Amino acid sequence: MSNIAKASSNIGMVVEKPGMLSLIQDLGRYGQHNIGLTTGGPLDPHAFKMANKLLQNNLNDSAIELTVGGLELTSQVNTTICVTGAVIDFTVNGEKMPQWQCIAIKQGDLISFGFATSGLRVYIAVKGGFNIEPTFGSTSTVTREGIGGINGTKIEQGQLLSCTPQKQIPHFKASQIPSYDSVVKLRVILGYQQDAFSQVQKHQFFSSEYTVSESFDRMGYRLEGPVIKPNVDGILSEGICLGAIQVPANGQPIVLMNDRQTIGGYPKIGSVFSLDLAKLAQCGQGAKILFEQITIEDAHNLLHLEQANIELNAIEPIEKLLS
Amino acid sequence: MKVSVAGENSFIIYFAEQASKNVSLQVQQACVLLKESLGSVLIDLVPSYASLLVIYNPMQTDGFHVRHIINSSLSNLSDANENSGKVVTLPVYYSAESGADLVDLAKRANLTTDEVIDIHQQGEYLVYAIGFAPGFAYLGEVDERIAAPRLSSPRLKVPKGAVAIADRQTAIYPAESPGGWNLIGSCPIAMFDPKANPTMPVEVGDIVKFKAIDREQYLALGGEL
Repeated sequence: MSNIAKASSNIGMVVEKPGMLSLIQDLGRYGQHNIGLTTGGPLDPHAFKMANKLLQNNLNDSAIELTVGGLELTSQVNTTICVTGAVIDFTVNGEKMPQWQCIAIKQGDLISFGFATSGLRVYIAVKGGFNIEPTFGSTSTVTREGIGGINGTKIEQGQLLSCTPQKQIPHFKASQIPSYDSVVKLRVILGYQQDAFSQVQKHQFFSSEYTVSESFDRMGYRLEGPVIKPNVDGILSEGICLGAIQVPANGQPIVLMNDRQTIGGYPKIGSVFSLDLAKLAQCGQGAKILFEQITIEDAHNLLHLEQANIELNAIEPIEKLLS
Repeated sequence: MKVSVAGENSFIIYFAEQASKNVSLQVQQACVLLKESLGSVLIDLVPSYASLLVIYNPMQTDGFHVRHIINSSLSNLSDANENSGKVVTLPVYYSAESGADLVDLAKRANLTTDEVIDIHQQGEYLVYAIGFAPGFAYLGEVDERIAAPRLSSPRLKVPKGAVAIADRQTAIYPAESPGGWNLIGSCPIAMFDPKANPTMPVEVGDIVKFKAIDREQYLALGGEL
């Protein structure tokens, strides 16, 4: 079994000056102690991970650990880099650039590092990671063992550090893009004066189609449709929550939105589930509105799912050419 | 006390069927207790005449928990004691031109417009709640003779300063806004000024009295028609 790794493609960043000590690292080589291999990996894993994190890479993607400084690279690709770790002056085509920030790099750019002024280890990560073939499950370079990186050595002048040109920009899949329909079903949590609406009135409400009237704004959406009547005209004015559906004496529901009044005195049958309010808010005059009842527990589950979706699943890069 | 669901992240607590000074003070007391017992789970409170809307963060807890805390922390609300509000007198230009519903309201009440104005002026009104819009003070209770239900469809525009009646409540619209109350006059005094300190001439627990002024006085005080 060969322990010599190779770059997997022939385009990337060319090493003009290797600097004091530049090493390809990932998070380290584990489970190989039985054959005498050490772990390697970044000496400052936090700074290493943060660079990958900011680029939305896998935290284990291969990056350069530069000790002290002096590295110079020419990029053959359009991409994005992030430099973390020790404080160091670095420039792109002579212009000073900030650390802990994504920096757009164009084909032909010269990236030059001075010397660390506070701290010792600088991490240079690239969007998608450097394409290095893992050895024993890791790209981490351990020069003493001659393992990892490119040919098991530190980065040398003239080497090509392969990385994939970024034709990708963060993007949502078609399935993640909401469609803004003009027929919308709003889920409702019954509440407030729901007891003032008879079963017949509730059935009417949940089985009818309503239309967004010409009066709709950030305060409320007035709907038009079959009249529903509570058995009270007004109530003592009371606090109004987001999505509350008030029914004035004309029997035409008003759904109260973000800029709603805080207190009001019309009877309310319940409240529209907040995630569905967004759908209503995308509607204008003439949109068709249907109501459906859900429980408060269902509403909470849906809120948690939405949160999880946003946190875990949101960004799915797909191929798109950078201009 | 009855605790009902209001929406996915809110309960409304009803303290009584009717407004009263005593109930109003209970609501204020409940606000203090719930701020303490709900802590970071609490997003907002909306106190009103006889109810309190409690808005919580459903990503931190669920309805069972919040309901439990409400019930346990409000289990022994003390019967309210004296209120120590100030008395504020506000000038009102009562007229058909400054109160679009004055004539109709009088007609339905079988009174002359002067009688409606007199009755409204004689009242001493407690500030039960502040809400609906910034600076909107809910005042009660209006004499039964001039009580009037809300309009069947709210107006899209009620002018700033409008003095209005809904059922046995009365109020001054602090700014132009939609609204469904019966308009009987207009008050030239600003009810809300975000740059002033205090921002409002009244607060919950105060007593408001109204004093009729004529057209000239109204305009001299900065009133607009």
